[in-house]
Amino acid sequence: MKIADSSTSAVSLVESSLKRIEETKDYNIFTYVDKNRALKKAKEIDEKIKRGETVGRLAGVPFALKANFLSKGRPADASAKILTEFISPIDSTTTEKLEAEGAICVGCVNLDAFAHGSSTENSYYGPTSNAFDKTRVAGGSSGGSAVAVALGCVEFATGSDTGGSIRQPAAFNGVFGIKPTYGTISRYGVVAMASSLDVIGFFTKAAEDLDILMSITAGQDPKDQTTLPDFYGKNDTPLNKKKIGFIKEFMESSALNPEIKASLESKLNEAKENGYEIVELSMPTLEYALAAYYIIQPAEVASNLSRYDGVRYGFRSSNVKSLDDLFANTRDEGFMRENKRRIMIGNFVLSSGFYDAYFLKAAKVRTLIIDEFNKAFESVDAILSPVSPNLAFKIGEKTSDPVLMYLEDVMSVPVNLAGIPAVAFPTGKSKDGLPLGLQLLGPRRSDKNLIKLAGKLA
Amino acid sequence: MTEEKNQKYQITIGIECHVQLNTKTKLFSEVDNDARGKEPNSCVSPVDYALPGMLPRLNGEAVKTAIRAGAAMRAKINPMSRFDRKHYFYPDSPKGYQITQFYHPIIGEGSIILPSGKKIRIEHAHLEGDAGKLSHFDTYSLVDLNRVDTPLLEIVSMPDISSAEEARDYCKELWRSMIYANVTNGDLYNGNMRFDVNISLKKPEDKKLGTRAEIKNLNSFRSIERAVLYEYERQSKILDSGEKVVQETRGWSDATGKTTSQRSKEEAQDYRYMPEPDLPPLNLAKDFIDAEYSKCPKLPNDYRTEFKDIIPSDTLEILLDYPELVKVLSEINVANKPIGYISNLFASVLLAEENQSLLNDQLPTSAQLTELAEMKEKKELSSTSAKEVFVKLFEPKHASKSPRELAKELNLIQENDTGALEKIVDDVLANPATKKAQEDYKAGQEKVLGFLVGQVMKESKGKANPGAVSEILKNKLK
Repeated sequence: MKIADSSTSAVSLVESSLKRIEETKDYNIFTYVDKNRALKKAKEIDEKIKRGETVGRLAGVPFALKANFLSKGRPADASAKILTEFISPIDSTTTEKLEAEGAICVGCVNLDAFAHGSSTENSYYGPTSNAFDKTRVAGGSSGGSAVAVALGCVEFATGSDTGGSIRQPAAFNGVFGIKPTYGTISRYGVVAMASSLDVIGFFTKAAEDLDILMSITAGQDPKDQTTLPDFYGKNDTPLNKKKIGFIKEFMESSALNPEIKASLESKLNEAKENGYEIVELSMPTLEYALAAYYIIQPAEVASNLSRYDGVRYGFRSSNVKSLDDLFANTRDEGFMRENKRRIMIGNFVLSSGFYDAYFLKAAKVRTLIIDEFNKAFESVDAILSPVSPNLAFKIGEKTSDPVLMYLEDVMSVPVNLAGIPAVAFPTGKSKDGLPLGLQLLGPRRSDKNLIKLAGKLA
Repeated sequence: MTEEKNQKYQITIGIECHVQLNTKTKLFSEVDNDARGKEPNSCVSPVDYALPGMLPRLNGEAVKTAIRAGAAMRAKINPMSRFDRKHYFYPDSPKGYQITQFYHPIIGEGSIILPSGKKIRIEHAHLEGDAGKLSHFDTYSLVDLNRVDTPLLEIVSMPDISSAEEARDYCKELWRSMIYANVTNGDLYNGNMRFDVNISLKKPEDKKLGTRAEIKNLNSFRSIERAVLYEYERQSKILDSGEKVVQETRGWSDATGKTTSQRSKEEAQDYRYMPEPDLPPLNLAKDFIDAEYSKCPKLPNDYRTEFKDIIPSDTLEILLDYPELVKVLSEINVANKPIGYISNLFASVLLAEENQSLLNDQLPTSAQLTELAEMKEKKELSSTSAKEVFVKLFEPKHASKSPRELAKELNLIQENDTGALEKIVDDVLANPATKKAQEDYKAGQEKVLGFLVGQVMKESKGKANPGAVSEILKNKLK
């Protein structure tokens, strides 16, 4: 990351960022550009540098916020119609920490509305294009974040990952992305998707940058009681077995794109040559991860979206004759199709008489998956895995078949169910010039060492 | 109704009570929990307002208060409890769900002992957030979110209650227990405690309970008793005619004295309960529980035992509604001083209609009250004067004075010195104006003595002890 100092001004960093944003406009990355505020802050930083004052570890570094992060005075609409016109009166903990270190927010970037999706096609603002092929998807839900970093609009971007929303777009666009251990970074001020699965993370072009961002933003937050006591940087989870595993069931999956498979095999070979023992892991429970995920996640989604009722803020239907109209029409007009699908599924699995059969059963599967990962990490430091079975697909290719779209998440959701960290990193290009990427999975709290290891393997 | 054996149907009652806890801040945010006298929507944090991305943060004080409430019900405190979401759409519920404890409540089984000695078992009690308030007008409604997520403790009784009086007694005893434990402000009129009463009837020989109706949101002991009596009549008429009682929620009107249907079981909502993922399970260490449990002060039943042979039980039952009075009586009692006279003052003077406003002022201290009682006992104060000093002690300008100081200031100390009194009596008898009365008395008209005593009192400016004066007069006129 280029950081402002006496030779590079913050203003020049921000200006080149704004210029790049302008040049890449047709990728539909930014939903809001905060030009004046960014330049004003850059000037303040430059003056501080001139006066010899401390300016923070991210002085003048332009970054983009995924549009589901609240930041004071900026729109935080999560690319959803129902939140249009909502200007946040408060900062998310992450926004606050980044800006306190001198990072400069140049704007907000596109996502699937409320982060529901794997392609950024479910956005109220339309899809974001892939950084390497405009006819292909950016991945999702943090598609805007990944493309903004890949095309050099910003040095880094924030993301949220509920079932792969950081790792899959990172892989689709050839950048680094981290999904930290659940509870590492505060979720306060990030529009909730599925609370027990949501984590905050980042996109960068280098593994070291992830480490800087994590060391700034990780830590217990009284405003989020699910955050863990500070551990990042304490190195209490060393990865020193010199053993890397791979999941047999993923490697043998017929759905896995052969080029991704070849990339995985070649990375494992490289690791072997570098002195790592390669261990084949059988994890049969992962077969049920996607099913469990698509019960727990929509249940929490349905619940978390209940607050958008048109009463207090955001969009309100003008077609209202009764209280029921206010709720029903606001939500009908304000939510995207995919939002509504998840609300329907979620309410179904939570409804009286079905709770035990669906939600409770899924919760049990989740416990089994946690156990299976715990066992795996007794024998290996980390697991190398595909992020998704496919390369970036064509825009519109999967929009008509939600199940096909959900299958995109089959290799990423187990990580969220288990609450473990994972780092996605680029491994080259396909023969068609599309980015290839893999993810490295580690035990809980191994985030720092996992980033280091991913940097070595990349 | 009171004579159970004469009733055709047995009545079974279970009561759910919502207690607003008197914590400084709300259950899940750091804003002021006391919205009394404040502008609508002025005690609302972004968390209560349910902005996107806001997360609840559990108020530790509410947890401690709940433990104290549990202690007041001699209940088990569960070392692990957790929160759940109860979903429904209504403008008074900004999140679209209420955070409650559906699966794992903080308080387990306990009991409340009624003054009659009957034990009403508590099934459980759980923490949850209150809803906001709506005001409806002709063409619009207004929403006030000040009350959103005020901590509530919902206390659920077992169906152990079997008459209207018992229902009233249970609610009253629960209310007193919560006030003594300093869990709530206990202002019933403003909804600090609200009662939902479940009532069903069955024939004495039936094993199974009948279908129940739930009367929602009662907030006075009288309305609880009246609603139960009304429901007994209503349900027994239905059963008499061979029909079935419908399981439903009913509302009570004080004005009409009737309950009316609000929502039947078929219309009941599916709340889609779900574990609250934003709050980790609440694990309480035994030491923590024990420490809070032991902070529960003396309860009404402790005072009943303490005052058993000292204060008549009907007086005590009245005084028990006022924890401050009972506490000061106990202080005096513990110091081995008599409390009979003071408890009478409380019941007959302080709680008299015209003096009720005194309850808002600072109560005299146990030392002041003890001195006052002693002065009365030694006849230094007449009973009228003692009452006057007592009432004046509530006035802020007199509050710090000793009763003796105050009595002197008010010139109320009674003259008991016989020598001094005799002189006044002699003066009065020497006055020609009393001559006729003296003759009448000597002629056998004893009631004239009162006139003469009055003259002496007048001469002494009210400070003479009338009993002593009358003795002296009788002697002199022999």
